[in-house]
Amino acid sequence: MMVASAMGSNRSRLLQTCTVSTLALALVVTFEVVVLGQGQTDAPSGLGRPPTAAEVQAWDISIGPDGAELPEGSGTTGEGAGVYSQRGCSECHGPTGVEGPAIVLVGGEVNRRTTYFPIAYWPFATSIWDFIRRAMPYHRPGVLTADEVYALTAFLLHRNGIIEASAVMNRESLPKVVMPHRDDYIVPEPWIPGTPRGFKRQP
Amino acid sequence: MTRKLRDRRRFLKESSSLAGLVLAPSVLAVAPRFASAAPPAPGANDANDLASVLYGERSRFVTTTRIVEGQSHRDVPAVRPTPHRPSARTPLGESVGMITPTSLHFTTQHHYGIPDINPSEHKLMIHGLVDRPLVWTVDELKRLPFVSRIYFLECVGNRPNPRAATVADTHGRMACSEWTGVPLSVLLREASLKNGAKWLIAEGADGGKHMKSVSLPKAWDDVMVAFGQNGEPVRPDHGFPLRLIVPGHEGIYNVKWLRRIKIVDQPYLSFQEHSRFISEYPKTQADTYEYGPSSVITYPSGTHQLSGQGSYVITGLAWSGGGAVSKVEVSTDGGRTYAEAELAGPTLPKAHSRFFLPWRWNGEEAMLQSRCTDENGIVQPSEAEYLNYWNFTRRELYGTIQSKLGHCNWMQPWKVNHDGSVSNGLEPIEVVADVHG
Repeated sequence: MMVASAMGSNRSRLLQTCTVSTLALALVVTFEVVVLGQGQTDAPSGLGRPPTAAEVQAWDISIGPDGAELPEGSGTTGEGAGVYSQRGCSECHGPTGVEGPAIVLVGGEVNRRTTYFPIAYWPFATSIWDFIRRAMPYHRPGVLTADEVYALTAFLLHRNGIIEASAVMNRESLPKVVMPHRDDYIVPEPWIPGTPRGFKRQP
Repeated sequence: MTRKLRDRRRFLKESSSLAGLVLAPSVLAVAPRFASAAPPAPGANDANDLASVLYGERSRFVTTTRIVEGQSHRDVPAVRPTPHRPSARTPLGESVGMITPTSLHFTTQHHYGIPDINPSEHKLMIHGLVDRPLVWTVDELKRLPFVSRIYFLECVGNRPNPRAATVADTHGRMACSEWTGVPLSVLLREASLKNGAKWLIAEGADGGKHMKSVSLPKAWDDVMVAFGQNGEPVRPDHGFPLRLIVPGHEGIYNVKWLRRIKIVDQPYLSFQEHSRFISEYPKTQADTYEYGPSSVITYPSGTHQLSGQGSYVITGLAWSGGGAVSKVEVSTDGGRTYAEAELAGPTLPKAHSRFFLPWRWNGEEAMLQSRCTDENGIVQPSEAEYLNYWNFTRRELYGTIQSKLGHCNWMQPWKVNHDGSVSNGLEPIEVVADVHG
């Protein structure tokens, strides 16, 4: 942090010196542009560089509850059934999503004490899209297109009785799907360091 | 591969990289410096073996290893072409001191294997609600101010367990290391946060791209991006070249192979976050963050054997996600009376503290247990106190996977039997559900 503040004060001294005339200010602006053009940034340390749009697009895969990051594309429940069998989902989850051996995708008893929550108990439909693209198929995560992920999400939502067979999932419709157990779920509050715990002799 | 063959291969590899500077082992063996050393016994490590000169090895009489846990997905081998890596526990029953050797540091299961990352190609991106989205190379991160801190790291899967044989079985999903890295606060200042920034998402470069939401107040406080562990680069199975360290919080926060931090306005609650790791019991909300005070006796503990009456030291580890350990008490009569234990080394915040209590065993049955109090004055509960607080039966408590409980910090007693054998002191129970089961 010492490094950072030292650099910050150099910068402000530089600015003070140079604001004596508009011409000088213009020169400073030009200087900044040249420096940035060489791959530096105006961060306090000058280290690092801005990511390219392509880099952000390739890595920005987390989908929040409001679906803001969802990409273009769409899929129907019927298309999803095809993707499910063609892309190898059935190899692990079974022909209809209930046979396993991997986690049951359709229905499933919720035992809140000992199991993962079945999909119908997930609080946000966008999490299904996120996880399929993030981590599936298990042996080749990342190979599915956006359309395929929308289609699979639609298929799973429909098979779990949450959307109609005719529904189309895309970046507008998916965040609007209301999951049946959404209200059973508590979104955590930000944790503040040093927050006293509410009990003295307990976990 | 045999040890000798492995060493030989390592030697060949390393000697080629050192070009002409390295002598052949036969030459080293007769070098004057080593001339007076007694020849190694048959089968012993050759102290002159160049591989062990370059990178030290422990005595052949020390054979402690991590304990590999049952492989989840073991029933789907056909769909496990990726190098699935099973979880492994720290051998706490043989532990000494407060630092865990990196080689013995527990690791969780990695369904997608351990990524093989070239650090010169690895990058960390910060973006989202920031004025300056940035990408750093690992070398650039090492040019920023850094800290070295000793922190414990514990999986939420740890808990006292009546069916466990050893302390590794109950508490082996934890370890303590010196972590060296850049405080996240430095990176947040570099990027400059925008209004509305409340949480961040940390994400790894592994096949499953593990992610975790972290609240910004915690991030500003003591979270760091570590490149060093116990004096060397973080090892691949611990996140090489960069991992997030979120001190005192659950293990799942400490994202390995960190490549992206996105500043956002709300927790994202991915599959891994909402499906197991947040409890439906409102009471446990606070508990899904920092660990409460805890401790466990590592010696004597389950399967140890006392060699007769006489002097011993009862020793173990104490820790708290809320700060430093202020006091450890040890009972030898199942909690009826306690004596204050000695703290053997520094008591650092959110780190393991090693304690001991000299003890003369008279040959009678004894029930050993330890109790930690942290700097906030919070006291580790007994099993009965924990049950009472949550209004659980024992069957409910042990029938629930750990990640759906609050943190499982009740005391684990060990019973010393007449014959000096040591066994689990908790009342037996038929079924214990396990988060990694």
